[in-house]
Amino acid sequence: MALLEVNGLKVHFHTRDGLVKAVDDVSFSVDCGETLAIVGESGSGKSVTCYSLLDLLPKPPAKIEGGTALFDGVDLLSCDAKQMRSFRSNDIAMIFQDPMTSLNPFITIGEQLIEPLIYNPDKTRSQSRDNARLRAIELLDEVGIINPEARFDCYPHEFSGGMRQRVMIAMALINEPRLLICDEPTTALDVTIQAQILELISQLQQKRNMAVIFISHDLGVVAGIADKVMVMCDGTVRETGDTDTIFYNTANDYTKKLLAAIPEGAKTLLSRVQPEAPIIEVKNLKTYFRDYSKALAGAGSAKRFIKAVDGVSLHIQRGEILGLVGESGSGKSTLGRSILQLAPITEGSVHFCGTQISGLNPRQLVPWRRKMQMIFQDPYASLNPRMTVYQTLAEPLLYHGLATSANIDKQVRLLMDDVGLARASMRKYPHEFSGGQRQRIAIGRAIATKPELIIADEPVSALDVTIQAQILDLILDLVERHNLTMLFISHDLSVVRYISDRVMVMNKGVILETGDTETLWANPQQQYTRHLLESIPLADPKSERQRLARSALSKVGMQGEDLEQRFRAEI
Amino acid sequence: MNSIPESRPQAGQEQEQEERGSSLWHDAWIKLRKNRLAICGLVILLLLCLVSLLTPWIAPYGYEEQNLLLGASAPSAQHWLGTDIFGRDMLTRIMYGGRVSLTVGLIATAVALIIGVLWGATAGFIGGRVDAVMMRLVDILYALPFMIFIVLLMVVFGRNIFLLFFAIGAVEWLTMARIVRGQVMNLRKQEFVEAAYSLGLSQWTIIRRHIIPNTLGPVIVYTTLTIPSVMLLEAFLSFLGLGIQPPQSSWGLLISYGVETMEEFPWLLIFPGLTLSLTLFALNFLGDGLRDALDPRTSKD
Repeated sequence: MALLEVNGLKVHFHTRDGLVKAVDDVSFSVDCGETLAIVGESGSGKSVTCYSLLDLLPKPPAKIEGGTALFDGVDLLSCDAKQMRSFRSNDIAMIFQDPMTSLNPFITIGEQLIEPLIYNPDKTRSQSRDNARLRAIELLDEVGIINPEARFDCYPHEFSGGMRQRVMIAMALINEPRLLICDEPTTALDVTIQAQILELISQLQQKRNMAVIFISHDLGVVAGIADKVMVMCDGTVRETGDTDTIFYNTANDYTKKLLAAIPEGAKTLLSRVQPEAPIIEVKNLKTYFRDYSKALAGAGSAKRFIKAVDGVSLHIQRGEILGLVGESGSGKSTLGRSILQLAPITEGSVHFCGTQISGLNPRQLVPWRRKMQMIFQDPYASLNPRMTVYQTLAEPLLYHGLATSANIDKQVRLLMDDVGLARASMRKYPHEFSGGQRQRIAIGRAIATKPELIIADEPVSALDVTIQAQILDLILDLVERHNLTMLFISHDLSVVRYISDRVMVMNKGVILETGDTETLWANPQQQYTRHLLESIPLADPKSERQRLARSALSKVGMQGEDLEQRFRAEI
Repeated sequence: MNSIPESRPQAGQEQEQEERGSSLWHDAWIKLRKNRLAICGLVILLLLCLVSLLTPWIAPYGYEEQNLLLGASAPSAQHWLGTDIFGRDMLTRIMYGGRVSLTVGLIATAVALIIGVLWGATAGFIGGRVDAVMMRLVDILYALPFMIFIVLLMVVFGRNIFLLFFAIGAVEWLTMARIVRGQVMNLRKQEFVEAAYSLGLSQWTIIRRHIIPNTLGPVIVYTTLTIPSVMLLEAFLSFLGLGIQPPQSSWGLLISYGVETMEEFPWLLIFPGLTLSLTLFALNFLGDGLRDALDPRTSKD
């Protein structure tokens, strides 16, 4: 019998809008030393499934309507609160998605780590403070935290995202759980850090013979580490099988759709680059921010700066899509904002269509603003929650005099058709839309003013894979139809390769390498670029396993330290 | 009672609006209408205002009509809510008091609201030095002892009812400014504000269209709390000599006199107290209703 056997699990949410069957008759099992990946888009019920095992769902609105979850023979769904506490602290652990918010910012990580040891509900297993500390330090070392004794007393904000996720993993492992549930543990992380965390999880699992449930929306991520894959959609299981079967021989249409949505390979469209004068030319651009944290810490009177963008020159031809790749903190977003004059630039110049636009005052910039627009990363934050779609789209049209109050309705409708939104939803508010639809609204707002240049800052990284593919196709389509030029910023190299004509790699505020997409992919010149390219998870289990095995040989800890120091130097 | 005839013509208008796409305020009104408690509060407030407006014509007695022989009497057929120690009719005095209290409550709060929201939004939005200067001014006003401020005002300007609005407004907008500033500083970093910038909108348009509507929730809640506290503050100021003088009355004054004779003549405290409480309840229900109605994210039931 398997360690965990879930049978016919049903979880319903009783909301104001009626009954939502979040999980509907889901069954699976996972055994010691085995990794089960649960894959599905947001809203598919994959997280709810796992949360219900640990009784972490808010009840109401959630209600477990049926099914059993036998863990080592005991039904998790019907055990009492005390038993559940004991399971949570000793047998089943969980790693959450966002390492930035899942640690308490007011308590040192050491203190948080030893909490489950000291306050174990099973008194015989609780330990003295000193023992707990030793155990925690040992574990921090194991998950690749450098100098764990010193780091034990640091607060969460002193760690980078990847390091925090390591701390979370250490916390999950501290009571030697037999089952580890990872809820999208790498979604919020950079691709290189993601690769490290995936490696770490699979190493730890082999060492401890744990059962692991790995939740992800990204099939590519689970290819290398899962033994079994369960594909979920709308609360039901679409398919369960061996990883190889799912990836190579699936018969299920939904799985095929998911696999097809992973951006792969080169750009298929012909490049429309028009070899005239570049539409935008950036010369030696520098954007520095005052570093308040260190100034306050008493580092002396010397002003310290964060060099977010440090001497970047670039040009974009009309009709070109230029991809800008870099990890978080590389300054790529600041570069985009500086070009649009949304961030104050320290030095250098930006020419748009031959006119210098850097240094103009806001009033002088207004006519130029119409010609350059931005698409933001988070469609949840980039739309005013109190404006309807109609108002959001009408605002730029009316403001720039592109429509009159007489024909504004028609203009907005055309715009909605353009980005594939149903006209009927015109008077809805942003929260009534899904992430993908919101991004369509944001794109609609950006193209409303008929711009020539669009800077897209990670426009698809907050979206599910299938939605991501749709939005990318929409962007390509719009670029084609409206003759747009685009700077496409992303940390996701596969996406950039799919969409861009030319790619720039940015790190620590400088451009490391520029080249035609395929040339750069085939023959990266810089060590850093090579490292980035190697970290991309492939949606191909066999090569992915080889890749993991290869990089496991290189020292994990060294990279961790290197990246951590880089991060600290930048913050 | 009032809402039923009102809602008929609105229904037709709603159909029209739906075709054209609607605004936050219109949606808010539709939602508010469905909220029974809030409508109840609105009706009570409207009735109170109506009664106060018509008081000179409908009041059973004059507000200064004394009947020293009667003295303080318990509620009776002639004097429904009893009389005070000078034999003046309580119902009449509460009705007249409502005129003062409601005017002070609404106008002073409106003054505080307008100054506070604009000040806070500007400081929070522009940030940097402007923010520092503007907020230090707020701090200075905060630090000024209220009593001294009032006495100074009286010395300079003498007694004047408009001074009352000014004095209360000058105090109440400070907290509002701080609340709004905090909200705005948070909103300023949101991407939709940056998006508005990149559309080339002017700062004032951004504040008006994107910032202020998103601060409404806490502002409305704080406003509904301010109105009753302003009414009580008026009593304190009247006691100091600024504001209204006997034989005029206000709810705050009636309550403070009522407290003095609470043991012998409890009705002198109970009835003005109940009136104020009723107003407060009505305001809170309406305020909560408005807050929900102005937030599109609360479900549309």
